[in-house]
Amino acid sequence: MNEKPLFPDLNSPPMPQRDETGPAQTNADGSVTVLGYKSIDGGHESTEPLKSSGEQPGNWQLATGNSNVRALILTGFGINCEEEFAAAYKLAGAEPTIVHLNQVLHGHVSIHDYDILNFPGGFSFGDDLGSGVVLANKLRYRKNAEGRTLLDDIKEFIANGKFVMGICNGFQVLVKLGLLPNLSGNVTPEVTLTHNASGRYEDRWVRLKVNPKSNSPFLKGIDSMEVPVRHGEGRLIIKGEETLAEIEARALNCLAYTDFDGSPTDVYPHNPNGADLNCAGLTDTTGQVFGLMPHPEAFLSLYNHPDWARRKRVNPNLSEEGDGLRLFRNIVEHVQSQRQTTATPQEARQFSS
Amino acid sequence: MDSTQRTIQLLLKPGQHDGEGQRVAEAAQRHLGLSTGRVQSTALYTVRYPVSDEQLRDFATHCLQDPVLHDVALDEFRHGAEYKSYILVAKLPGVTDDEGISAQNALGDFLNQPLDTHTQHIFSKRLYFLEHELPESSLRRLAEDLLGNKMINRFEVGPIAQIRDYTPRPGGGAESITDTVPLVGLSDEELVKLSKDNLYALNLEEMRAVRDHYTSISEARQAAGLPQDPTDCELEIIAQTWSEHCKHKEFSAVIKYTDADTGEEFEVDSLFKTYIKDATSEVDRQLRANGNDWLIKVFSDNAGAVRINPESLFVWKVETHNSPSAIDPYGGAITGILGNNRDPLATGIGGARLLFNTNVLCFGNPEFNGTLLSNQLHPRRIFEGVRKGIEDGGNKSGVPTVNGAIVFDDRYAGKPLVYCGTGAVMPMQLAGLDSWEKNIDAQDRIIMAGGRVGKDGIHGATFSSIELDETSPATAVQIGSPITQKLAMDFLILATRRGLIKCSTDNGAGGLSSSIGELATISGGAVVELEKVPLKYPGLRPWEIFVSESQERFSLAVEPSKMAELMTLGQEMEVELTDIGYFTSDGSLDVRFDGESVARIDMEFLHNGVPRKVLEAEWTKPTAQEPSLPADLDYTDVLSRLLGSLNICSRESVIRQYDHEVKGRTIIKPLMGATGQAPQDAAVVRFNFESWEGVAVSNGILPRFGDLDAYDMSAGAFDEAVRQIVAVGGKLPNLSYGDGNFWSVNDNFCVPDSVYDPATNPDGKHKLAKLVRMCQALRDATAAYCIPLTSGKDSMKNDFKADGVKISVPPTVLYSMTAKIEDVRRTITSDFKQADDVVYLLGETYDELGGSEFYQLFGELGANVPKVRFEEAKALYMLMGQANDNGLIQSCHDLSDGGLAVALAEATFGHGFGADVELPATGLGLSAQLFSESHSRFVATVAPEDVVAFEQHFGARATRLGVVTQDSQLTVRHNGQTVISASTAALRHEWTNGPVNRIIGFGQHEAAQIS
Repeated sequence: MNEKPLFPDLNSPPMPQRDETGPAQTNADGSVTVLGYKSIDGGHESTEPLKSSGEQPGNWQLATGNSNVRALILTGFGINCEEEFAAAYKLAGAEPTIVHLNQVLHGHVSIHDYDILNFPGGFSFGDDLGSGVVLANKLRYRKNAEGRTLLDDIKEFIANGKFVMGICNGFQVLVKLGLLPNLSGNVTPEVTLTHNASGRYEDRWVRLKVNPKSNSPFLKGIDSMEVPVRHGEGRLIIKGEETLAEIEARALNCLAYTDFDGSPTDVYPHNPNGADLNCAGLTDTTGQVFGLMPHPEAFLSLYNHPDWARRKRVNPNLSEEGDGLRLFRNIVEHVQSQRQTTATPQEARQFSS
Repeated sequence: MDSTQRTIQLLLKPGQHDGEGQRVAEAAQRHLGLSTGRVQSTALYTVRYPVSDEQLRDFATHCLQDPVLHDVALDEFRHGAEYKSYILVAKLPGVTDDEGISAQNALGDFLNQPLDTHTQHIFSKRLYFLEHELPESSLRRLAEDLLGNKMINRFEVGPIAQIRDYTPRPGGGAESITDTVPLVGLSDEELVKLSKDNLYALNLEEMRAVRDHYTSISEARQAAGLPQDPTDCELEIIAQTWSEHCKHKEFSAVIKYTDADTGEEFEVDSLFKTYIKDATSEVDRQLRANGNDWLIKVFSDNAGAVRINPESLFVWKVETHNSPSAIDPYGGAITGILGNNRDPLATGIGGARLLFNTNVLCFGNPEFNGTLLSNQLHPRRIFEGVRKGIEDGGNKSGVPTVNGAIVFDDRYAGKPLVYCGTGAVMPMQLAGLDSWEKNIDAQDRIIMAGGRVGKDGIHGATFSSIELDETSPATAVQIGSPITQKLAMDFLILATRRGLIKCSTDNGAGGLSSSIGELATISGGAVVELEKVPLKYPGLRPWEIFVSESQERFSLAVEPSKMAELMTLGQEMEVELTDIGYFTSDGSLDVRFDGESVARIDMEFLHNGVPRKVLEAEWTKPTAQEPSLPADLDYTDVLSRLLGSLNICSRESVIRQYDHEVKGRTIIKPLMGATGQAPQDAAVVRFNFESWEGVAVSNGILPRFGDLDAYDMSAGAFDEAVRQIVAVGGKLPNLSYGDGNFWSVNDNFCVPDSVYDPATNPDGKHKLAKLVRMCQALRDATAAYCIPLTSGKDSMKNDFKADGVKISVPPTVLYSMTAKIEDVRRTITSDFKQADDVVYLLGETYDELGGSEFYQLFGELGANVPKVRFEEAKALYMLMGQANDNGLIQSCHDLSDGGLAVALAEATFGHGFGADVELPATGLGLSAQLFSESHSRFVATVAPEDVVAFEQHFGARATRLGVVTQDSQLTVRHNGQTVISASTAALRHEWTNGPVNRIIGFGQHEAAQIS
C-alpha cells in the first residue's frame, strides 16, 4: 500500500542532531583510496566512532609500532562473510580491517602491512564457473601497475612467516589457486573442491575432529569443535593415491567430519559432502596457510548453536563463547608470541570472555 | 561453426561422478516417464572475442578447467560413442547470463585486458548427451520441463550426428522511433481494444480520462511543439503509473458494502485510508502519548522504518512476486527476493545493511496428478523452481533466510503466492543527515546505478495487474543476477556513508518510469535523456528503455558537486553509473532521446489524474455445519497422520538449502534442538556483535479460515504472528512509558479479482466483501494490541485463466511482524529442555474445529471458525512477558495447525524427550481439546522449582497438563483413559518423512555412477 512518496515524513520524531560527517573521505592524490570501506562490524550502525583505533575517522593509516595483531579481510564481488570474520578477530583481541579486493589489487592497500590475510566465505563473482575459480584467477593473473600479481605478494607474505586463512568460498579460492595443499611448493592446484555428493547446498551443523599431528598454529590445543557448514561445493577430491598419501603423511588434512562418537565418518549427514579422507579443512606444509569448508566465524557465541537453550538449561554456567572463536584466539596468540620472541618483550595480552 | 566464434567444452573426466547427468536421467524417468539411459552433462562456453588459438587453449585450461575434474575440448562437441541424442540449452537474447559474464571476467584477468563486462563476449550453455535415441518431441519435452524454460531458454535437440549450436545475437539496429497513438475520436470499444492490445491494463474509464486529458491540452501541446496525440512513451508511463500494482486503485476505491444477512449498508472511503492508514495513525498517537516515539516512517517510501535505539533504524518490507513466479518460478522468485532487498536498501537516503530475508509461499498440491491447463506449470515444478530461486537469491546475496512458511491449497495451482520479506538496519544519520528522509532539489543529477537495460521485464507492472492467461507475454519475465546486485549494494552502502548520495530508489516495477516518476514528485519534475541509458544490446525503442524492468538497478539523486567523487567510487567498485538527466521543479516529466521529446507529461495529471473506482461488495455468511465424525477415532493414528500431512509435515529439506545463519547473528533458527529438527515459532536475529539487542520475526497466514469468515481469518493470522513473537519471548509494545519496544508490521493482501462483472466475475461482490472484512479485522487487531503497520502491499488479480477455466486463489492475507528483543539471550525456544519440567497449556481452548487441519483429514470444513478474543489474548501476552522477565518459562510453542496434540509432539522433536499429559476434565470434547485451533494459546514448560511462582502468576490462564519425561513416549490421557500413546521417535519419523521432504528429496550422498 505504498502511496507515492510524501516527503517530508509526518512522523519524524525529535532527533539528536550530530555534526559527525561519517568516515574520513578520499585522499588527495587523485586515485581513490577507500581504506576501511566498511566499519569492522557492519551490524554496528553507529554514528559514534568505533572502538578499534584503526577504524576511527581521521585515523585510517595504521599506526606503526602498534603491537596489535592485524588481520586483513577481503570483501567485494560477492564475498559475504566479512563482517562476522572481522568480529571474530575483534573478539580474539586483534585489529581487523575489511577492504575491498580492488583496493588490494590496485595497490592502495598492501597486504604486507598485516599479519593475517583472510578470504571469507560467500559466492565470489557469483561462483558460476565453479566455486572460487574467478577470484583465484584474478589473484593469479591480474597484474598491478608494477606488473606484479597478488599471488606474487601472497607468496612473499607467506615466505615472511605470515598467515593466510580461507573459510568456505575463501578455502575454495586457496584450493583452486593451489596454495592448499601446495605439496609441490609451485602453487598449482593438486586437489579440488566440487559439488557435494548430495548434489545440493546445505546449511547444517557438523562436528569436526582436529588431526592431532597437524602443525598449524590455528589448531593448537583443539581436539574437536562444532560448526555449521553452508555450502554446495565442499567435497574435497584428491587426485591420485600419491597426493592422498602425502597429504595424510604430512597431516595436512587437519580437520575431519565426525559422527556423534567423534570418529571420522563418510556417512551423511555427519559428513555433509562426501569429501575424500572425510576432510573438512587443509593446511599447507608450513601450517601457515589454513582453509576449511565449515564456518568457525559463525559460532562465536553460544547463542549461535541450535541447541543453546537446552545446553544452557543443563549447565547455567556454560561459557557464552562459541567453539569457533578458539581458532581465532589461537592464531592471534601465536602471532603475539612470535612478536614477543622476536621483538622487545611485551605484556601478554589478556583475554576476557 | 561461425569462424569468429570459438567454443570451449568442459567434460567430466572419465570416472568422475556426473551428479547432474544422473539427476536429469532420474528426473526424466520419474516425472516424464522417459527412459534416457545414461546422461552426460557438459558445459559450453562460446567466445565471441578475438583470441588466438593459444590464448583460447590457455584460457580454457587455466581459467575454466578444473584440472582434477575436467577434460577440455576446443571447437568441437565431444561425447562418448555410446550417446545417441543431444539437448543444447542456451539462453535467449538478453537473458541474464551470469556464468558467461563470469567467464568473461576471467578472460579479462587472464589477458590482463580491461574487458568491458557490460557487453557480452562469452555465452554459457549446457550440452547434454543421452544414451538412448529419443524422438525430438520427447527431447524437447525433457528440455522444456526439466532443463530450462522456453520463456528464457532456446533449446536445440536431436540425434547426436546433427548437433546444432545456438548463440544469442540480441537486437537489431537502434530503433529510436517514437510513435504517437491517436486517441481523440476513438470509440469506447476501440479504447478498450487499444488498452488490451498494448497491455496498458487500463479500463474504459481510465482510457477515457487519458483521452479527455489529451483533448483538453491539445492547444497547449501544439504551442509547445509537441504532437497533439500522446506518444507511445507517454501512454506507457501513464499505464504504468496508474497500474493497480503501483497505484492501488482498488484499495483506494469507494466501496459500497451491503450485508445481505442483516441488511446493514455502509460506504468505505478507501480501504487503505480507513482500515490501515487511519488505524496506524491512532496507534501512533497512543504510542507517542506514552513516550514511545519509535515509529519513524510509515506507508511512504520503499519500506517502513522504526527506531531501534538513538543510533539506528530498523527497516522492514515484505512484497509479493506472484505472476512472474507462475510463468518462470525460478526467475520470478529470485527477482522477487532481489527486488524486495532493494526496497530497504533504497529507503530514505539509501544504503541500509540487509539483516535477513523471510519468505512465505503458497502452492497448489505438489502431488497433483490431473491434467494441467494450457501454460499452467505443475505445482511441483513451481515449488521446486521457487525454492531454488529463494536459495540463490538469498544465499548468493549473503542474506540469511531466517524463517518462512509454505501453505498448500489446490486453489494456488494457477497462481502461486510468493511473499518475500527483508529486514535491514540503517544508521539514523548518514553523513550528518536524517537517513530516512528523501530530499531532492532542482538540478540534482539523476544517476542510474547497477545493471543495464534490456527488453526483459517490459510491462511487469501492468502485467501483474491483470489476470494471467495462456497468452501472457514472455517479456514480462526477468532473471535476477545476485552478483550484480551485491556489487551495487556494497557500493550504495559506502556511497551513502560518505554523503555522496542525496537519496536513492529502487528500479523495480515500471523501471525508470516508476522510479524517476516518483522521485520527481519531490523536486517537482525531471528531465531524462534516454540516449544515455546503457543498454544490454541495441534495438530498444525509447519507451521500452523507460519502462523496462531489467533488474539490479537503482536511481540515485546526486548533487552536481558530488558527481566526480561518486563516479570515481563507482569505477573503483566496478558498478556502472550513468548520468541520465536531472531533476527540475517545473511540474513536468520531460523525457527525451537525442534531444527529441519522447514524452512530456504534467506531473499533477500523471499522479492524481486517475479516476477513482466505485466498487460494490455484498456479504452473505456462507452456510456451513459441523460434521459428525466416527466416535471411535484412534487418536494416536490421527496425530500421526496430521504430522505427515502436507500443511504440517517437516520442511527441513527446503530449510536446509537456505543459508539461515550467514552474518553469524541468527539466534533462533527455523529448526533447533540437539536433533536440529524442532520447529520454532519466530526467528530471532541480533543486530550486531556488540550488543545483545535483536529482532524477532514472524509470519501469520491462515487462508483456510477464510472459507468460513474472512474477518476471523484475518484476525487469526494477525494473532498468529503476534503470538509467535510472544512465544519466543517478545513483548507487546507500549506496555510502559518510553519502553522503546518497537513493532513493525507489513500487511500483504493477495486476493482474486474482486471487481464485480456479471459475465466474467459474477461473485465479485462477495469476494470484495471478504476483502473488506479482512481489512476490518486488521483495524481491530492493530487497535487491540497497539501494533502499528509500517508498510504493505496488495496484489489484486490472482487468477489464472486458460481453456475456459479460471483458478482463483482464496483471499489471503499475510501479516509479517518484527519486534524488538531487548536481550536475545533471554529468548525461548519451542523444544522441551529437561525431564520433569512441568507442561502447561496457556490460554483457553474452545470448540473451534472449523477449518482445522483435523477436519481437513476427513475432507470436512466444519463451521466453528476460531475467533480471536483480543482482550483476553492481550492480557495473556502481558503475563507471559512478565513471566519471561522472571525466567519462569523453559520452553514455549504456540498452538496453530493441528492444535495442542501437534504442538506437544513438535516440542519433543528437539532432544527425544517424551511427555506424560492428562487433559483436564472440561465440558469440551476430546477432539476439540486435542485438535482445535483456537487462537492465542501456547504449550509451555516450567522447571519444577518455579511451578509455584508460575501458577501464582498465571492463575486460571494456565492449565497444568503433565510433565516432560525421559522415556521418549508421548502419552495423553483423558478421563483415566489413554487416548494417545506413541514413541516420539515414531512421530518425528512421520513428520520428517512427510510429503514435502519426499518431494524435495532428502539430502544424501548419491550412489556413484558406474562408469
